[in-house]
Amino acid sequence: MKSIILKTASTYLLPILLLFSIFILLRGHYYPGGGFVGGLIAAIAFVLHGFTYGVDGTLKLMPFHPGALIPIGLGLAAMSMFLPVFFGKPVMSSLWLPMPIPVIGMIGTTLFFDIGVYLVVIGVVLTILFSISQYSENG
Amino acid sequence: MIDNSIILPLIVNLFAAIIQLFFWRKTVAQRIISIAACFIVMLLSAQLVGKVYNGDILIMEAANWKAPFGIVFVADLFSSVLVLFSSLAGLAVSVFSAAGIGRARMLYGYFPIFHFLMMGLIGAFLTGDIFNLYVWFEVIIISSFVLMTLGGRKPQIEGAVKYMAMNILASTFFLTGIAVLYGVTGTLNMADLSLKVAAHENRNLINITAIFFIIGFGIKSAVFPLYFWLPSSYHTPPSAVVAAFGGLLTKVGLYALFRVCTLIFIPDAFMQNLLIWLAIFTILTGSFGAFIKRDIRKMFSYLIVCHIGFILAGLGIFTEVALVGALLYLFHDIMVKTNMFLIAGLIRQLRGTMNMDKLGGLYTDYPKISLLIAIVLFSLVGVPPLSGFWPKIYLFEAGFMSDRYLVVGAIIIGSFITLYVIAKMWIDVFWKAPPAAADGGEGAIVDKFKTFPLSKKALLVSPIVLLAAISLYMGLCTENIALAAKQIAAEMMDTAPYVEAVLKTH
Amino acid sequence: MELLLVILIGLLYAAGMYLLLRRSMVKLLIGLSMLGNGANILIFLLGRITKGKPPVIDEGAKIFADIYADPVPQALILTAIVISFGLQAFAIVLLKRVYVLIDSDDLDDLNTPEDEDI
Repeated sequence: MKSIILKTASTYLLPILLLFSIFILLRGHYYPGGGFVGGLIAAIAFVLHGFTYGVDGTLKLMPFHPGALIPIGLGLAAMSMFLPVFFGKPVMSSLWLPMPIPVIGMIGTTLFFDIGVYLVVIGVVLTILFSISQYSENG
Repeated sequence: MIDNSIILPLIVNLFAAIIQLFFWRKTVAQRIISIAACFIVMLLSAQLVGKVYNGDILIMEAANWKAPFGIVFVADLFSSVLVLFSSLAGLAVSVFSAAGIGRARMLYGYFPIFHFLMMGLIGAFLTGDIFNLYVWFEVIIISSFVLMTLGGRKPQIEGAVKYMAMNILASTFFLTGIAVLYGVTGTLNMADLSLKVAAHENRNLINITAIFFIIGFGIKSAVFPLYFWLPSSYHTPPSAVVAAFGGLLTKVGLYALFRVCTLIFIPDAFMQNLLIWLAIFTILTGSFGAFIKRDIRKMFSYLIVCHIGFILAGLGIFTEVALVGALLYLFHDIMVKTNMFLIAGLIRQLRGTMNMDKLGGLYTDYPKISLLIAIVLFSLVGVPPLSGFWPKIYLFEAGFMSDRYLVVGAIIIGSFITLYVIAKMWIDVFWKAPPAAADGGEGAIVDKFKTFPLSKKALLVSPIVLLAAISLYMGLCTENIALAAKQIAAEMMDTAPYVEAVLKTH
Repeated sequence: MELLLVILIGLLYAAGMYLLLRRSMVKLLIGLSMLGNGANILIFLLGRITKGKPPVIDEGAKIFADIYADPVPQALILTAIVISFGLQAFAIVLLKRVYVLIDSDDLDDLNTPEDEDI
């Protein structure tokens, strides 16, 4: 798309939306928010960028294909799900560090599970949308 | 009794899938991980069966949320035995896939998706929460969609569209049923539902809700008016994939039907008649469909439908003996149907086609493999000492005891047609002289199997040997399996221990 | 409010079923997603609607003092939405592929004639 407004706006919106998605991610658990929503917002940021610069332009921004985020995210989520078993608790129990950490707040397995979900959602959404749009661009 | 390790078979599959995703382009590593993981899962599920064999019911409360509020995983004997049988079938399919699936499909992530499918199956067997069951069903169907379409050409995509549409429709019916059930009872835990549904006075509303579940699970397990997607899609993907589908996916639908019908909606006279008529029509239409098909896999697809009817008939009669028969048939069917499609894949490697008109003379070329296949075919038909025979005895006994002669007649007709169809297939594929190559290269035999290295041959044949050996064991030592089936049937008729184990463990 | 939702659910189910019975693949897809949305609203309705009482405990309080909306249906709907998102994304990719293969939106063009391979 050639619109100058969209082009300028999406350049600035990409970092802001990414920052916002991390805010939503960290806000989860006690307030509305969390990994899924955050991941969707981050994915939308890249999709918006893709609208203006084309999928190939957006892929150039990334050090690796977003599909690689899926196993990383899944691994992180599965690990944090399974970690409590080593402490004699059932699967998916939350373990928390005793002291809160500034800015982020309490750290526990729940946070890592959410980060995993966040990465998986970005990976899945971008892989699906990019492959659909590349499919239509190439034929 | 709380035991957090019952979920291990599921976790191993999950981690196997994730590790394989990291080895995205390395197909050799993926094959090794897959076979190893399936083997570990098999050992773990055997251990699980050992733990619950004496009648214990083990539960795991996810994140320590207590029973009616949180999600529980329950391993009673029914779930555990099915987990064991499906992990055996999974091991066989995994070994066969290592040689029988093309490299192109592996590069698209065949093995990780297969393990997600196995994870979904085990989750569906173990969960004790009806909405969680829905989630596992979705895990299963999303993985099966991917396996169905992977690297597909036109016929495969054509089958996949029907499969996709019908399965999403089934999930919607299932979800609608859950919605009504939650509205009526305000709980999702199956044990809790069992109590609350039994105490509810508006039986018509309960029956209508049950119909939603029967339609949803009926589509998934291919019951009479809802099965047409199965024969029109199961002949298209690679044989290893269909082996997993034919052996396990329809059976998980049946498992859900059994669980829901014995725990939550105890069938009254109306429901029993409904199930029995569905079973009769499933048997008849399925076997008549198998009559006319000349493609091996299309014929097997109709036989799946036919034999689903046998199992459903046992549920419909709903006496303890009938349930024993149905359960025995269910276990036998998982092993044999998986094996049948593996055999179809092997025949394709031996001859390059699966059309019976173009096949022939396998017995003269491969007498040992033919004898192996004969064992499987005979146990499918139910020749006396083999595994397909004993469940029918129980079903006949139950049918006569409760005066359901029509079902007995339908089962007899279904068995005879199965016998006829399999005998015809045996003559066409193994005994008949191979058809002469009609004009030049067209119709000539392509024996890829001969050119394979020994390791690949072993990978293709050994899973069939494994499953055939299990079928033989189930036939020759039925008393062991029947003992387990009787215990499960007793647990189904009297659900109080299940409910108590889930709700009162504190 | 309940009556409005009941009518809406009926409309969504009816429209979804009608679209499923069309021959067009795009309509099939829209029909499936309408059915899914109908089921979601049904869960929402049957979980008893409570207006303006979110199930969030006030700061400092230990338990709910007031009546509150049942959070379970919301969790169920959220899960169902996520799942149907995945299914529909897959279905779109599949149908797109079909469209490229057979160059038609009509499901009847998809069928291989039966006598080709019985």
